[in-house]
Amino acid sequence: MPKNENIILCGIGGQGTILASKLLAAAAMKRGMAVKTAETIGMAQRGGSVFSHIRLGEDVHAPLIAPGQADLIIAFEPAEAVRHLHMLRPGGRVVVSTRPIFPTSVLVGQSQYPVEEVIDYLKTHVEHLTMVDSEQAAKDLGSSKVLNVVLLGAAIRSGALSLKEEDILEAIHERVAERFHALNENALKYV
Amino acid sequence: MHTEFLMGNEAIALGALAAGVHLVAGYPGTPSTEVLETAAKRNPGSVYVEWSINEKAAMEVAAGAAYAGARALVTMKQVGLNVASDPLMSLEYIGVKGGLVVMVADDPGPISSQTEQDTRTFAMFSKVPLFDPSSVQEAYTMIQEAFEFSEKYGTPVFFRATTRVDHGYEAIDVKDEAEYKKLPVEGFIKDSSRWVIFPRLSVVNHAKIERRNAALSDTLSDYPGNQILPGQGRKGIASHGINFTYVQEALTEEVPLLRVATPFPFPERKAVEFMEGLDEVLCVEELDPVIERALTYVCGKFGLKTRIRGKLTGDIAPSGENTIASVRAAIDAFLEKEPVAAPQSDPLPPLPVRPPVLCAGCPHRASFYAVKRAMQGQKTIFCGDIGCYTLGNAQPLDMCDTCLCMGAGLGIAQGVFHMEPDTKAFAFVGDSTFFASGITGTINAFYNQADMTLVVLDNSTTAMTGHQPHPGTGRTVMGQVVEKVRIENILKAIGLATVEIVDPLDHKLAVKTVKRVAAEPGVKAIIFRSPCVAITKPKARAKVDPERCVGCRRCIDQLGCPALILDGKKAMIDTSLCTGCTLCEQICPVGAISGGDRDAQK
Repeated sequence: MPKNENIILCGIGGQGTILASKLLAAAAMKRGMAVKTAETIGMAQRGGSVFSHIRLGEDVHAPLIAPGQADLIIAFEPAEAVRHLHMLRPGGRVVVSTRPIFPTSVLVGQSQYPVEEVIDYLKTHVEHLTMVDSEQAAKDLGSSKVLNVVLLGAAIRSGALSLKEEDILEAIHERVAERFHALNENALKYV
Repeated sequence: MHTEFLMGNEAIALGALAAGVHLVAGYPGTPSTEVLETAAKRNPGSVYVEWSINEKAAMEVAAGAAYAGARALVTMKQVGLNVASDPLMSLEYIGVKGGLVVMVADDPGPISSQTEQDTRTFAMFSKVPLFDPSSVQEAYTMIQEAFEFSEKYGTPVFFRATTRVDHGYEAIDVKDEAEYKKLPVEGFIKDSSRWVIFPRLSVVNHAKIERRNAALSDTLSDYPGNQILPGQGRKGIASHGINFTYVQEALTEEVPLLRVATPFPFPERKAVEFMEGLDEVLCVEELDPVIERALTYVCGKFGLKTRIRGKLTGDIAPSGENTIASVRAAIDAFLEKEPVAAPQSDPLPPLPVRPPVLCAGCPHRASFYAVKRAMQGQKTIFCGDIGCYTLGNAQPLDMCDTCLCMGAGLGIAQGVFHMEPDTKAFAFVGDSTFFASGITGTINAFYNQADMTLVVLDNSTTAMTGHQPHPGTGRTVMGQVVEKVRIENILKAIGLATVEIVDPLDHKLAVKTVKRVAAEPGVKAIIFRSPCVAITKPKARAKVDPERCVGCRRCIDQLGCPALILDGKKAMIDTSLCTGCTLCEQICPVGAISGGDRDAQK
């Protein structure tokens, strides 16, 4: 197990990155690990790009991760993965939802989103890449609201985290309303 | 004691509760809001907590509590301090009996603020001592020390944290409720020679303050938060707050370090001790070069030869947020180390720009669109203000020509009118902002005969900062149900003859009303009243009939609603975002969209 673990969650405000970050932190605390995190809160929430930095381990001063130091990037959207790719350490892993989300800026012609080019960039620049077909996942699970847990499950199964599925599951049971437990459990085991 | 995973702002609130705070008052503002919310949520039952109507009111309420011998906490963001500065400047001259801590959140970047002002500089200006924590754990303990300090020296004290401490999370040790201090409140004791500010008293107290602060420089040199970490070599680094952790992350060798937790009064003796034997010191700071100026001054005062570097010498960026990477680069240059070459990477593909936007179904979109349609072709100015509705500036709405500070849109609209009477001046203001600082601007316009249409965007909450209650909501943060203050009653009481209340989601009526009201002379108001979609549960969703959609893109190009997307050439609705507000249904020229229900949205 590495001394410290640095994880970045990135996506779009409203996708559930903050809950995912809380679940990871709670799971790490159960393992007796020291945890520091930093989040985007406020203005950036409303449909803007958001991120959480999560740092596990004793030898951590700042809550933010330096470029090239992230062991794992969990991206809720492909363009957001590319936006944060400079943070990944050589040999680090990226878990990414492949469904692109088009902001209004693209629809009204103020910016571009060449989806294929973005996905290709990930494929050619990330050695350890886990792509999650979130559209299919939403169909199979009957909900698009548990994408965060689907991605956490994929990250755990990729072996990029020292945390175990049962740690996350326990955290889910503590933080999520009981009627959603089964859905979240299925989501965690989906990939 | 127990361990909790806490946000910095939550830790500050729990620290204040542990210190036995009796009263907490504040006005919401990112990144400070969660302090007061947590104080309300974790209130052991004995603490009075209020969202005041603005920071000035909060400061005065807290001053009253401190006059009575109670411990009081005021919370605000840095620009809120500008609003509260009038009472605070004078309060420093009067002093306090119970501890009064002014918690101000500064926002390097800025990430969600208008300015990059530094409360450490304000501390110097106002002569109020300041504490500047570096971590969540330290914020928890330091605010307790700040209360003790305030009471001991009879002065309000600043507790300044920046965004990365406010919104950072850490698992920290906190006291159980049973361990919280329980302090008696003596009550207000009449003494006009103490509590009534007159020039005679001010001059006496000013002298006392200057003497006290000079003495505090020495006292604070022994404060454990002002810390020297020994290291090798003749070059040292001085830093503060979250930047100190960046320095620690960036360093690969042991360099002498100075951390300044009380930049005012500056711990001069500690600084002299640190600089002994050092040729150069790099000051790693965010916002103003406060430590850099203080160390430069100390060198002059004590005849030290140490060269002080930082923002003023171009070694640290003069503005913006520092990062571990930027601090590492500055330290490497300072220590004359070979810079680590950034790894070569291929150019990135074009990435979509994702600025924050008005939510799908947001009633502000409908309000802006109605005014835009109604005033098409006329000479107008649309003065915006602070809140979610500032986002009305984005394309395709483009309905925010100015934005300055809370309530300023009203004054700016009047100024433009007085210089260009042929321009139809509009001031848009949210409900919470109207209460905070829109009322004086309205009276000013009415009294001074301006021609202005005031548009109150009333979504019945303080949305941008996370839905805090305000006087118009009829609820308090303590959970009481109270008489609502009605904006229309205030406007009518001022004397406005026309005050129309319209549902902005009734597009035709909204456009008609704007046309009629804007044509009237003098000050007139339209209140667009429709609740924030983020706190109502939408029951209906609209959908596009692809058979009828002609792909004209009118809905997408005119409204910019994030739920409206393209499926090939035709419009499509993302049902996970749609709230069924019906605005797109009302403007579709071929009636291809249906299924929404604007009443179900409320």
